[in-house]
Amino acid sequence: MFEIRIHSRGGQGGVTAARLLAMAAFLDKKHATAAPFYGAERRGAPVTSFVRIDSEPIKIYSQIRSPNLIVVLDASIMDTVDVLQGIQKAGTVLINSPHPVDLPGVKVLTIDLTGIALAVDLVVSGSPILNTPVLGALARMGVISRESAEAAIRDMFSDERNVKAAEAAYKELVL
Amino acid sequence: MLTVATGNKAVAAAVKAAKPAVVAAYPITPQTEIVEQIAEYVTAGEMDARYIPVESEHSAMTACIGASITGVRSFTATSSHGLLYMHEMLHWAAGARLPIVMANVNRALGPGWNVWAEHTDAFSQRDTGWIQLFVSTVQEAYDTTLMAFRIAENTGILLPVMVNLDGFVLSHIMQSLETVEIGDYIPPMVLPHRIDTGNPAGYGTLTGPGDHFKFRWEIEKAMRNSPAVIADAEEEFAMRFGRKYGPVDEYLCDDADVLIVSMGTLGKEAEVAVDNLRKEGIKAGSLRIRWFRPFPELDISDRDLVVLDRGYSFGFGGVLTDSIKSRYRDSSLFSVVAGLGGQEVTYDDIAEFVRNRRMGEEYWFGVDA
Repeated sequence: MFEIRIHSRGGQGGVTAARLLAMAAFLDKKHATAAPFYGAERRGAPVTSFVRIDSEPIKIYSQIRSPNLIVVLDASIMDTVDVLQGIQKAGTVLINSPHPVDLPGVKVLTIDLTGIALAVDLVVSGSPILNTPVLGALARMGVISRESAEAAIRDMFSDERNVKAAEAAYKELVL
Repeated sequence: MLTVATGNKAVAAAVKAAKPAVVAAYPITPQTEIVEQIAEYVTAGEMDARYIPVESEHSAMTACIGASITGVRSFTATSSHGLLYMHEMLHWAAGARLPIVMANVNRALGPGWNVWAEHTDAFSQRDTGWIQLFVSTVQEAYDTTLMAFRIAENTGILLPVMVNLDGFVLSHIMQSLETVEIGDYIPPMVLPHRIDTGNPAGYGTLTGPGDHFKFRWEIEKAMRNSPAVIADAEEEFAMRFGRKYGPVDEYLCDDADVLIVSMGTLGKEAEVAVDNLRKEGIKAGSLRIRWFRPFPELDISDRDLVVLDRGYSFGFGGVLTDSIKSRYRDSSLFSVVAGLGGQEVTYDDIAEFVRNRRMGEEYWFGVDA
């Protein structure tokens, strides 16, 4: 089982990113579940979402404790939340940041998802949309296929800028 | 069609397929996405139902009662405090023998303010005369909602049915979902005692001490008929759509020495615990209760039971535990109160309950006792 934990702030689309990711995995003919951990959500508050991908049906509902991959949509969360908690030894962290980030003991990938969203004018209510571009980065990492990432985005959003941003992220991510 | 959906969206999709004439709902918190999605279906013209947004859950149930008594199919959904607010009318719906279907997203009650999973809301309606079913996956939420209409409207039953799904854990999780073409799985609703809307008339409904108990006995007779009707709905569902359900969901129970008894999503998590316990040589099984009322016959003799309770009767004990103990007095049982207010309960925790079970005792998970 491949387990992913997504850190974001309320309103940034972390929950939707989890759902898109599960949908893409499902289109890849795998079993997947996406679960947000949230309650009384507030804009700007830290939100955690979980995605499990497996070749077998998934029975586990409890939260992911040892993720293989951690996605951080807002690097400022790392000031207050221990995003690395429980990460597996060979785990990877994908961070939305224009600058390289150094974290001890784990593999870190960075990509400027905010810049990518702004470049294609993917902005809603003044906030750049991060949940569709991040899917492109995850496809580049091989978590899901590129085709399924695009199909999942198109299933949920009709605005083609979402696909464009995902494609840009796919090309831009350096593994 | 194979797709992915949340528990909420799955219930809405099933309701759409069941084609109720009326959906009445209080649209504000603690309401769920279920009625939001149904409202979208109705607005988009994908569902030919009268959608009535009302000012309270009490009114939502009342509107469903008013619709149902004219002989048309009706549905509502709620959660936690909303369910409690309609409590009075739940008795009325069952007493008037109206086959209303309701989805309830099981959530804790305040204070403290908590929106997470717990079964106390449904347990508080235990004695209203509603059939209560509990589900554990998105697919099961969809399938059971379809079955609920067929069960409720069976003329040998004519009792309302509540489909319960765990708040957030199941209502908000995204899993795969196979929707079906229901065909005539749910026959047209025929309510023998419906009001003739073409010739409206009012009758005094005062029922004196000489008769009231007879109506209550009729409810109980319908409840006693219901296991056969629910089983038939499940068998017919399996025949048509290939997915099998029963009063309980058994996982490796046949040769088990210890059974983990639970309801809702904890029952799936328990199956992972069973797999791990068996690797250690502990012959465990998982028995997930799907029907809470009517309460099913259980094959539990000569086994240790570890009962997971997500609801509690203060001054007495776990509510599921109580149902099992009063039906099976000789059962050897370890009562675990776990998962209240969304308390995280993992498969490792459940395996620990089994390893450290103290038969005849009660244990509050997470509390030093």
